[in-house]
Amino acid sequence: MKLPVAFVLFAALAPLHAALEDSLKSLVAVEREGRGNEAANTAWQDIVKAGPSAIPALLAASGKGSEVADNWLRLAGDVIVENARRTNEPVPLAAMETFLTDLTHSPSGRQLAFDLMRRADPAKADAIEPHLIQDPVQALRRGAVERLITVARKKSGDEMKAGYLEALAAVRDEDQTAFLAKELKQLGVTVDLPSHFGFLMKWHIIGPFENAEKKGFDTAFPPEKEVALEATYEGKSGQVTWQPFESKHDYGKVDFNKPFGMLKEATAYATTTFDSAVERDAELRLGGKNAWKVWINGQLLFGRDEYHRGQEMDQYKLKCRLKKGANVILVKCCQDGQKEEWTVEWEFQLRVCDSTGTAILSASK
Amino acid sequence: MKLALPALCALALSCHASDWPQFRGPGSTGVAADAAIPAKTKIEWTAPLPGRGLASPILIGGKLFITAASGPKQQRLHVLCFDAETGARIWERQLQATGRTMTFAKSSVAACTPCSDGRRVFALWSCNDLAAFDLDGNLLWLRGLTADYPNASNSLGMASSPIVVGETVVVMIENDSESYALGIDAKTGRNLWKLDRPKTANWTSPLPFHPDAKSRPAALLQSNAGILAIDPASGSRLWEYTGGASTISSGVVSGGTLFAVSNGITALSPTSDGAAPAQLWRAKGINPSTISPLILDGLLFSVNSAGVIATADAKTGDSKWKLRLTGPFSASPVGAGQRLVLVNEPGLLQVVDFSKGDGVLAGDLQLPLKTEAKELILGTPALSGSRIFIRTDSALWRIGEAAAE
Repeated sequence: MKLPVAFVLFAALAPLHAALEDSLKSLVAVEREGRGNEAANTAWQDIVKAGPSAIPALLAASGKGSEVADNWLRLAGDVIVENARRTNEPVPLAAMETFLTDLTHSPSGRQLAFDLMRRADPAKADAIEPHLIQDPVQALRRGAVERLITVARKKSGDEMKAGYLEALAAVRDEDQTAFLAKELKQLGVTVDLPSHFGFLMKWHIIGPFENAEKKGFDTAFPPEKEVALEATYEGKSGQVTWQPFESKHDYGKVDFNKPFGMLKEATAYATTTFDSAVERDAELRLGGKNAWKVWINGQLLFGRDEYHRGQEMDQYKLKCRLKKGANVILVKCCQDGQKEEWTVEWEFQLRVCDSTGTAILSASK
Repeated sequence: MKLALPALCALALSCHASDWPQFRGPGSTGVAADAAIPAKTKIEWTAPLPGRGLASPILIGGKLFITAASGPKQQRLHVLCFDAETGARIWERQLQATGRTMTFAKSSVAACTPCSDGRRVFALWSCNDLAAFDLDGNLLWLRGLTADYPNASNSLGMASSPIVVGETVVVMIENDSESYALGIDAKTGRNLWKLDRPKTANWTSPLPFHPDAKSRPAALLQSNAGILAIDPASGSRLWEYTGGASTISSGVVSGGTLFAVSNGITALSPTSDGAAPAQLWRAKGINPSTISPLILDGLLFSVNSAGVIATADAKTGDSKWKLRLTGPFSASPVGAGQRLVLVNEPGLLQVVDFSKGDGVLAGDLQLPLKTEAKELILGTPALSGSRIFIRTDSALWRIGEAAAE
């Protein structure tokens, strides 16, 4: 009896495929503190041995585990592509492109598909990159935005403005946005940076409370127990009440030195209500050089007790779940007792966005 | 006694005299015993690098290993291997940062020099990603130490370089918040031990300490509190110096003496009974600033950031000669024989010769930095034979002897 060729091939390849899937599962399963590393090491070698045919399954596994697991997969892909280039073995570029263009795949898998494509066939990656201008993965759209900027820079007048505005509609990265805002300003266009990024500008603030010897960070002052805007509490040097505060800073900085003076060893709080149109995943992204804690709807997201080492936008990315309607955000910000000129700042900036950095604006802005 | 074949192989493959296996080379001393530094130098080859970094190259068995970080937030991490003879790239691996990549502008995510035991390379970045490869670039294991311990970071950037002692990779992830040191199994990447450390930003690197074959190898952890000697296998305390120490400039070990960057320089003689080390001498007038000192030919060398080399007798601490070079410096000096190599931030390589007593400038070489990119040299050179290896944000150079004029 003759067996159909397809059946024979399937029968021959099925164990290989199953072995590959098992190996990929071992990489996806790595856990904190290196747990699973031993199994992952063996699996990694097996995946590399499988060669370019493993790439589609490898891409599909990305995003199913931790970021560290993604790096195990990335490094397997790296070596497979490098080996294939050395031996002139073809890599499945068409499958990689199909994977990249399917937005249902994980961001990390799609990013890896593009990166491996760039290593395997730079010309093909170059040809695809302009089409990623609205890609939900921030790092993937960056190259497309850069191309628009490069083209616009070579033009003048209305053509230049149109080019920059097209780039502005897609841009998410701070450096590219800052460049576009500066150039557009010279062309008569003012970019609303707080709205572009989703910075929260209108707050109620209260303070100062104590932070002698940095003990305020771990002290739960009354605003941590209730956010009651009409309440009065005993503060560091007298009674304190909530007061409205609106940031005028392009990047949404809430500067406590303005209402409270240049205090040292002090703690303050800021609260605002963010109205979400739907229940959804989001990120609160905070920048600040003082110790801080952030809560949403009473749940502590994260806190950090580092002082005056540096500040930048999106310094900390806090994943959260927004409920539909009003979400109460509370920020605690502690100033220490250092006296140097570079320790004056007592501030933070916070924005609401999705995981790609795209602003989420309050429904009741 | 017969050694098993794997053990023989391991011995054969372990570090050679010409290797430069970690930050400041063999024993983290900055000294290559068999090297001969030429006075007149030239660039022998240039290899482009794909990203920024101030991590030094390391050299194992004729292969150079170096790290870099690229992208707008330096989130793409690179490990590269080059043929030390030709500068040809042998392999490159890339991974994505899983920790925070913020650093002050002058520094970089690729600030920590990798280390090797002659068989494996352990690469750490400021974002606390740690990766182990064999010399052919095969991944052995990965750790994301910020993923493991989420408040471990420094917004100015981390820079402590790992060391490997026996089968333990020792890393210091010390900062204002979640501050710790780890002993990691070199084979599996799993924790052997974890020590809470002072909650203070600390950029110093652990030091291997193994004065002779009879003594137990130790790892020295420096902080503002002082220096803690631990058993690298267990993390248990061996002895402790509590006189405080720099959090930037790492000390150096030579001949069983620890030259601590503490109250200037304090020479310490550690004991084997767990007692505090005896103080041999203290030179408060020597201020290494951010640069690590070096012991060579019985002298202690310390360079301040402005470019003045101060020397002292390593046995007594008595001041010897001084020499003003062209600064400023961030890179630490390296040396061999009776010569030192120092590279200042603007890329002027200077060779100091002290064979005739006081040090003199024996030769210099201006390296072609990309001034439009405001490139600086911040990374400490590596030495092997008559070659010096130096990196910038964009290139790795091999410097060799120039023909006599």
